Amino acid sequence: MTQAETFTLSELVIAACAEAFRDDGELLVTGIGPIPRVAAGLAKLTFAPELAMTDGECMLVEDPVPIGPRGDHEPEFTGWMPFRRVFDVVWSGRRHAMVTPVQMDRWAQANISALGPDFTRPKVQMLGVRGFPGNSISHKNSMFIPNHSTRTFVEGEVDVVASAGYNPKNWPEGADMNRVKIGRVVTNLCVFDFRGPDHAAQVLSLHPGVSFDEVQDNTGFELLKAPDMGVTAGPTEDQLAVIRRLDPHDVRSKVLKGNPPGIRPAA
Amino acid sequence: MNKEMTLEGAVAELRDGMTIGVGGWGPRRKPMALIREILRSPLKDLTVVGFGGPEMGMLAAAGKAKKLIYGFVSLDVIPIEPHFRKARQEGRVEVMEIGEGMVVLGLEAAGHNVPFLPTPIGLGTDVLKNNPELRTITSPYDDGEVLVAMPALKLDAALLHVSRSDRLGNTLSFGPDPYFDGMMARAATRTYVTTEELVDSIASKNREDLKDNAVERCFISGVIPAPMGAHPTAAHYGYGWDLEHLKTYAASAAEDGGWQAYYDRFVAPGEAAYIEAVGGADAIRALPLPVL
Repeated sequence: MTQAETFTLSELVIAACAEAFRDDGELLVTGIGPIPRVAAGLAKLTFAPELAMTDGECMLVEDPVPIGPRGDHEPEFTGWMPFRRVFDVVWSGRRHAMVTPVQMDRWAQANISALGPDFTRPKVQMLGVRGFPGNSISHKNSMFIPNHSTRTFVEGEVDVVASAGYNPKNWPEGADMNRVKIGRVVTNLCVFDFRGPDHAAQVLSLHPGVSFDEVQDNTGFELLKAPDMGVTAGPTEDQLAVIRRLDPHDVRSKVLKGNPPGIRPAA
Repeated sequence: MNKEMTLEGAVAELRDGMTIGVGGWGPRRKPMALIREILRSPLKDLTVVGFGGPEMGMLAAAGKAKKLIYGFVSLDVIPIEPHFRKARQEGRVEVMEIGEGMVVLGLEAAGHNVPFLPTPIGLGTDVLKNNPELRTITSPYDDGEVLVAMPALKLDAALLHVSRSDRLGNTLSFGPDPYFDGMMARAATRTYVTTEELVDSIASKNREDLKDNAVERCFISGVIPAPMGAHPTAAHYGYGWDLEHLKTYAASAAEDGGWQAYYDRFVAPGEAAYIEAVGGADAIRALPLPVL
C-alpha cells in the first residue's frame, strides 16, 4: 500500500470516486463516463470485490472491462443485464450509480434535462431527464463533477429538477422524501456529501493544495466543514497500476482541463 | 395468413394525429425505413413515444411530430440529438418529458389494460410540474404512501425493426438487448415490423434460437422486408450505427435549410436510392458494432 508520489488530478479523483463505493456490498454499481467507470472498476479490483457491474452495455462481468478498444482482451460474462433488468434492479434499490449532472443545487437536486427558465422553449435542450427521476428515488447516487464552479453548483435551484433531492417544496404531501439517498460528490477540488444538519452540504476532504475558501468561492451555496475534514488521499502505487490497466488509452487525461498534477505546485 | 406488406402500404394505414411508438433505444435498432416513409408521406400531427433516437429528431425537424413522449433523445456517440435540440429550442414541438422508467411503466400499463401503474418515479422532481396531467395516488394500504399514477401510454401503432421474420409475423430480434419492443407492440393497437430478412418460417428445433423472439405474432399486423432498414442506427448482428452518417445528419441541424437539404439528398429519393446514397449495402454491412 505504498502511496504514489506522482499522479495526476484525474487519478486522485478516480481514487476518491472509488471510495464512494466502499461498503456497497454486492450492489450493481454503474459509473457513467470514464472517471466513474474506472473508479467503479478500481473499487471492485481492490477493496470491494463483491460489487456487481456490467461491460458498459448489457452483460455482467466479474472482471471490469477496460475503456475503449480492447485489442485481444475478450471479456467473460457472468450474467445478462438488458435494459428491462436494469430497471428491475434500479427499482429494487440494489444499485449505486455515479453520474455527472450539468447543474446541482443545495438540496442535492440535479439537472441533465434542459437549461433556461421556460421548459416549453429551453435555452439549451440537453438529454432529457433520462433515468434521473427513477434512479434518484430508487437507489444511492453519487456524482462526479469535473469542473467545480458556480455554474454547476448553482446559487438557487437547478433549472430542471431531474434528480430528486431534499427540497420539500417539490414533494407532494405524503410522499416519502427518505427514498432519496445521496452518496458522495467528487469534484476537481474536493469531496463532499449532504449529510450535514438537515441534509446540508459538507466538505469531507479537500484535494491537496486546495483551500476551503476556494471551494466555497466556486460553489453557489453554503458549504459546511465536516467535523473531520481532511485532505483527499491520492492513489497508491497498486491503485495506479489498476487505473492504467482499466484505462489503457489514457482517456482520463482528457477529462480535467489541462490534466493537472494531483498535488498542486506551490503558487 | 400473410402479413407481408410494403413500406407505403404500412404508412397508408396510419392517420394524422395518431400516437406512434417507435422501438429500439437511442441509435439502436430503429425502424428507420418506416420513419423515412412517414417523412415522405403527408402524415402530420403525430405523437411519438419511445426511447428516443434519430426518429424523434427527424420527425420533429420535418414538422410531422406534434408531440414527443420520452425520457431522453440521444444518438449516444453524439449525446444530444441535434434536430430534437433545435426543435425544442425553437419551441416547435410539445413534449412529455418523463423518467425513462415512466415510459416503460406507461407502455406496460397500456399492454396490461390498466389505466395506470403506481410508481415513486417523478416524485421530488420537475417531471410533475412540467407535466401537470400526471396525478398522484395514495396507497390504499396502511402505509398510505403517496405515489405517482403513471398513466397508460396507449399507442395507435408501434413500429419495430427486427432481424428476421416470417409472413405470419413470427419475429426474431438478434442482439444483446431486446429493449422494450415487445412491450411496445403489446401497448399498440397495430404493430408494423420492418425486417432485415423475410423467411418462409423462422422455425427451429433449437429452443435457444427462439429466445430472440420478443413478441407474440398476434400483436403483429404487418411485416415489411427492409434490409438495412435500421440505418443509420445499429442492427445486431448485421451492422453497427453509421457514425459518419450521423455526423452528416447532426451537422445539418446547424445549417440554414439543413434539414431540407438532408431530406432532399437522402430521404426524398426513396429507400433504394437511400442505401446507395449512404454508401451501398456492402458498406452498411461492414459498419462495426459499437464497443463501449
